Amino acid sequence: MGSVYSPNSCPNFPTRFHSIALYSVFFRHARVRKYGAELQRCRLDAVPVDLGDYHPLKPITVTDSRSRRGGRKGSTSSSSSSSSSVAPDPLSSMLEGTDPLSLFAAASASETPTLSHSKNEEEVGADFEPWSAKRGEILARFTTTEKLSINLFMGSDKTSSPSSAVSEKVRTRLEELDDLEEGSQRELLNLSQQDYVNRIEELNQSLKEAWSSDQKVKALKIVIQCSKLLSDTSVIQFYPSKFVLITDILDTFGRLVYERIWSMCSDPRPIPDSFSVEDVNDTAKETCLNWFFKIASIRELIPRLYVEAAILKCNRFLNKTGIQETLPRLTAMIRGIGDPLVAVYARAYLCRVGMEVAPHLKDSLNKNFFDLLASFRQIHGDTVQNQLVIQRVEIPVYLTLYSPAIHWILQCVAYRAPDVLLTEMMERCKKLGNNALLLNSVMWAFRPEFVAARATDFIGMIKDCDEAGFPKHLLFGSLGRSLACADPPESERLPILNEAWKVITKVRSPQDYINCAEIWVEFTCRHFTKREVNTVLADIIKHMTPDRAFEDAYPQLQSVMKKILTYFHNFSVLFSMEKFLPFLDMFQKDSVRVEVCKSIMEVFIKHQQEPTRDPVILNALLHVCKTMHDSVNALTVEDEKRSLALLINGFIRMVSFGRDFEQQLSFCVEARATFCNLEPVIIQLIHTVNQLAMETRRVMGGSHSRKTAAFVRACAAYSFITIPSLTSIFSRLHLYLLSGQVALANQCLSQADAFLKAAVSVLPEVPRTISVEGKQRSSEAFLLDFINSFLSTLLVVPDHPEQGVLYLVRGLLNMVQDYTWEDNSDAKVRVYISALPLLAAMSQESYLYTIPKVDSNETLYGGDPKFVAEISRLCETLIGQVLDHLKTLGREEGVRRQGSLAFSLFSTLLAHGDLRNNKLNQLAVNLWNLSHKNGHCDTRTSVSLSPTYTFSYKLLNDFHP
Amino acid sequence: LVEVLAGVVVITSKEAVQHQGISLTMEGLVNLQLSSKSVGVFEAFYNSVKPIQLISSNIEVAKPGKVPGGKTEIPFEFPLQAKGNKMLYETYHGVFVNIQYTLRCDMRRPLLAKDLSKTCEFMLHCQPQKSKVQPTPVDFTITPETLQNVKERTSLPKFVIRGHLDATNCVITQPLTGELVVESSEVAIKSIELQLVRVETCGCAEGYARDATEIQNIQIAEGDVCHGLPIPIYMVFPRLFTCPTLETTNFKVEFEVNVVIVLHDDHLITENFPLKLCRV
Repeated sequence: MGSVYSPNSCPNFPTRFHSIALYSVFFRHARVRKYGAELQRCRLDAVPVDLGDYHPLKPITVTDSRSRRGGRKGSTSSSSSSSSSVAPDPLSSMLEGTDPLSLFAAASASETPTLSHSKNEEEVGADFEPWSAKRGEILARFTTTEKLSINLFMGSDKTSSPSSAVSEKVRTRLEELDDLEEGSQRELLNLSQQDYVNRIEELNQSLKEAWSSDQKVKALKIVIQCSKLLSDTSVIQFYPSKFVLITDILDTFGRLVYERIWSMCSDPRPIPDSFSVEDVNDTAKETCLNWFFKIASIRELIPRLYVEAAILKCNRFLNKTGIQETLPRLTAMIRGIGDPLVAVYARAYLCRVGMEVAPHLKDSLNKNFFDLLASFRQIHGDTVQNQLVIQRVEIPVYLTLYSPAIHWILQCVAYRAPDVLLTEMMERCKKLGNNALLLNSVMWAFRPEFVAARATDFIGMIKDCDEAGFPKHLLFGSLGRSLACADPPESERLPILNEAWKVITKVRSPQDYINCAEIWVEFTCRHFTKREVNTVLADIIKHMTPDRAFEDAYPQLQSVMKKILTYFHNFSVLFSMEKFLPFLDMFQKDSVRVEVCKSIMEVFIKHQQEPTRDPVILNALLHVCKTMHDSVNALTVEDEKRSLALLINGFIRMVSFGRDFEQQLSFCVEARATFCNLEPVIIQLIHTVNQLAMETRRVMGGSHSRKTAAFVRACAAYSFITIPSLTSIFSRLHLYLLSGQVALANQCLSQADAFLKAAVSVLPEVPRTISVEGKQRSSEAFLLDFINSFLSTLLVVPDHPEQGVLYLVRGLLNMVQDYTWEDNSDAKVRVYISALPLLAAMSQESYLYTIPKVDSNETLYGGDPKFVAEISRLCETLIGQVLDHLKTLGREEGVRRQGSLAFSLFSTLLAHGDLRNNKLNQLAVNLWNLSHKNGHCDTRTSVSLSPTYTFSYKLLNDFHP
Repeated sequence: LVEVLAGVVVITSKEAVQHQGISLTMEGLVNLQLSSKSVGVFEAFYNSVKPIQLISSNIEVAKPGKVPGGKTEIPFEFPLQAKGNKMLYETYHGVFVNIQYTLRCDMRRPLLAKDLSKTCEFMLHCQPQKSKVQPTPVDFTITPETLQNVKERTSLPKFVIRGHLDATNCVITQPLTGELVVESSEVAIKSIELQLVRVETCGCAEGYARDATEIQNIQIAEGDVCHGLPIPIYMVFPRLFTCPTLETTNFKVEFEVNVVIVLHDDHLITENFPLKLCRV
């Protein structure tokens, strides 16, 4: 370390200061301080405080008017309205009410209960997964790249009608419902899926427009045309999505009609939501009846069914029993739909409407399901098979198209249904051949507890299923989903896992395999130990490695990782799984890999309570952290770097080798090499090493042995060579200072000297502006802060024997002098002024503070007059500089600054100077006058100073009455 | 017991209106029309199909004078009393038979101002008959053997379709109901429809014209429906276009329903059921 101590880099302060200080005419005398006595004197008397009395820490009573107009729209809790008794803490008042995020949160929190309240349907609770939750999923899942067509039959295909002579007028009247534009037929061919969706949305818009412009018949026509599209099963893979899109339109229509009739009844005053038939006036009833008559005359079955279902709720206007009569009728009507897919979706829609309008009418739900079972064989009928051949769709794909609808029907049926009913349903499903599709939906829709309790039965049934039909991995996937939520009987768990995995492991397609395996990982983690999880991981690796199949399965693999991390918080167990790290290695895409590493580290930081030295954990996590670190490149955004550094720092903090300090240090050395690109981590490492040195000192009780002395020097060396690699100048400065202090505390004098000297030599590099949170700020304030804290450290730093007196102080002052301060800035002079108290403190016989086992200058010089004289000379020079600056200020418009500077020099002199000295006294008086000359100084502030000041002030007045 | 047609004549104007009397005319007419195919044959009694007036009356609601500005309401009442030995029929809009009741209001005005006239139709429903209709279910079975006008019975695919209508003497306000089961069918079914047909007969002693036309067609099954599963038959009788079955000396209005089964090879199988509609 001695080599850093280059004599060239040490400027010759005294000479230079002499050259400037030619005009100095008086000695500056430091006042003699008795710190102990002063401390006694300055201590506040303990005064018992009455509760009602003023106390500075007591909340100040301020009426906070701002929070009133803060735009809190009555949604936040009332607790903040007691702000009148709360101190106006700028942070809390900032957040209060006006914080947009909490406003949103509060709004949504207050909305939720009202929403659920307004529905007021006791039978459907929050535990019923609503249709809206399924919509998006279906739209995302059932897509196609084939060309679609919308065939809006504006014309009519009346060819089959045997009617011979119908007059044109009557014909028009009869068909007006069928025709949007008389005789025209618009067929839109070759639409991409997106075009199709857009077209449907356009129809939705034109429905709303037609409605609002009072073209009710046109609106009805649009709805009829749309629901006709549901009878078209070309491009069958898209059918579920088409269903979602079109039923949206039907919902809109149903709502419009209902609201219209509702508003007709609320003419004098609105009728309550729970109105009865008697509240409805005749006009409304007639209108409502008209709608039903119109719909009853729709020629085609499917539109008639859908449109009537859409306005099912309107039956409430006509009679009490309307809904419960209509639902069974519509249910039976669906039997007329030949295509099983179209029929099952019609059932799903009817169940959905039924659940919304009359959730208590369970019978039609059950009837729907039993009808579905009765017509189940249609799925395997010739008509369907022929269609599939033409469309080139395979059976398993075709069968999965049913899932959303059957899921939904079963979900409605199973909702709060007694176990007896569920058992009956299950039995009936069992009896049907080829029932995998139903089985799948049963597992999906029935209560997980119900399924879990019969898990073994289900496995048996799945095994019996036909291999050619519904894919088995989907069946196991559904079973796994239920088992992830509810626990099967203890004794069955292992057999279940074994049976399930036996099938899963045979799945050929990696994508199907991982979809299923991902679900079962949860079950495995929940009930079994690392051994089983390890086996599962091994199997996943085996399946996903060939042909780099994992590349297409990152989301699933990530989810596997997430599940493992949810259940395994003990990292020594986690990393002792042989296959865990190989599994981690499958994440080869950088972004995903880092994502996974981050999630591991987050869990570690959250759940690791004790610092660890477990080599398995350390190795593994070091590897994980290195991965994160290595992802940093020139394009990484600042936030990402920060979050990575935060995670790595969390890890570093958790590493402790206990008393094995050397190993800890070597860990830090390794970590430094590993994480060299992340500055916050390097800073953390320096802090860790400094802490290590201080810990060593504590363990040794303050006196180092030869070995520990060498160790702390090694720590200092670590810091000394690490700090220069930092780019942030202030980090460097502060770490130099901190490390210097640590070195000093550990009696490493030359190291401390080197740190402080390094800090001084870095000073000129400090830029005038630095970037703080993305904004350019002047660095001056930061620099002044640093220099002040540096100065206070210098009091205890003994002079280097080979250098001159006050070598570091002079060095610092020279740097300050040479530094290019901002124009029109008093910063330099302020540094000079704040150096004066240091010099005064240095001239005392015993210092204000010292470091144990380190001899400060007080002991080294023992109050040598030469030393004191040297200090005085330095003081003179400084004061001279300040006075010089004051003069230049007087010439310019800087009188205000002049006054303030003069006053701060004055108060420094008062506090630290010996005013019995005539010249000094005279200077102080002059400064006082100067500071008050231009009236910029508030006398009241200047007078109400500390007791010392008051004392000195009296003294002044004594001399100059 | 005679029902009355009551209401108000509303006159709205900014200023006072000078007029030469306001009158109301109520009229009930049966319009008979001959289909184009019948015209040639029955030209002889073409004249006899002139409109039959069922009811007609005229009252003056205001004497010539002035109606003040603003909104004036003049109440009126008509007894619904049929002319002579005629009787009132229900409102019915058909193709060859139309039974329509109208109310016309005329305001005669002085020279240089057009007379004002406004017409509106009002509906007439018969008093419900007190007697209760006993529903008599009608069963049917359709097979190739039951069909009548078939040229080559051998070329027909085999099928058995059974079903029943809950009643053929129907209450006009209640839907037509029943069930239909496709027990078997060699060829896939394309569609099953209910066709409501009106049969209108116009004529007199010299002869008559009888025409059947479709009122509406309701599909009850689409595509190859599940065999053995009963499909509901359900049809609401449309208002205006249906009325209780009517038989008079000059004309008749009757209704029928056809169960139409369209096979995938476009064979069309129809089973006809005459209906008797009444109002209870």
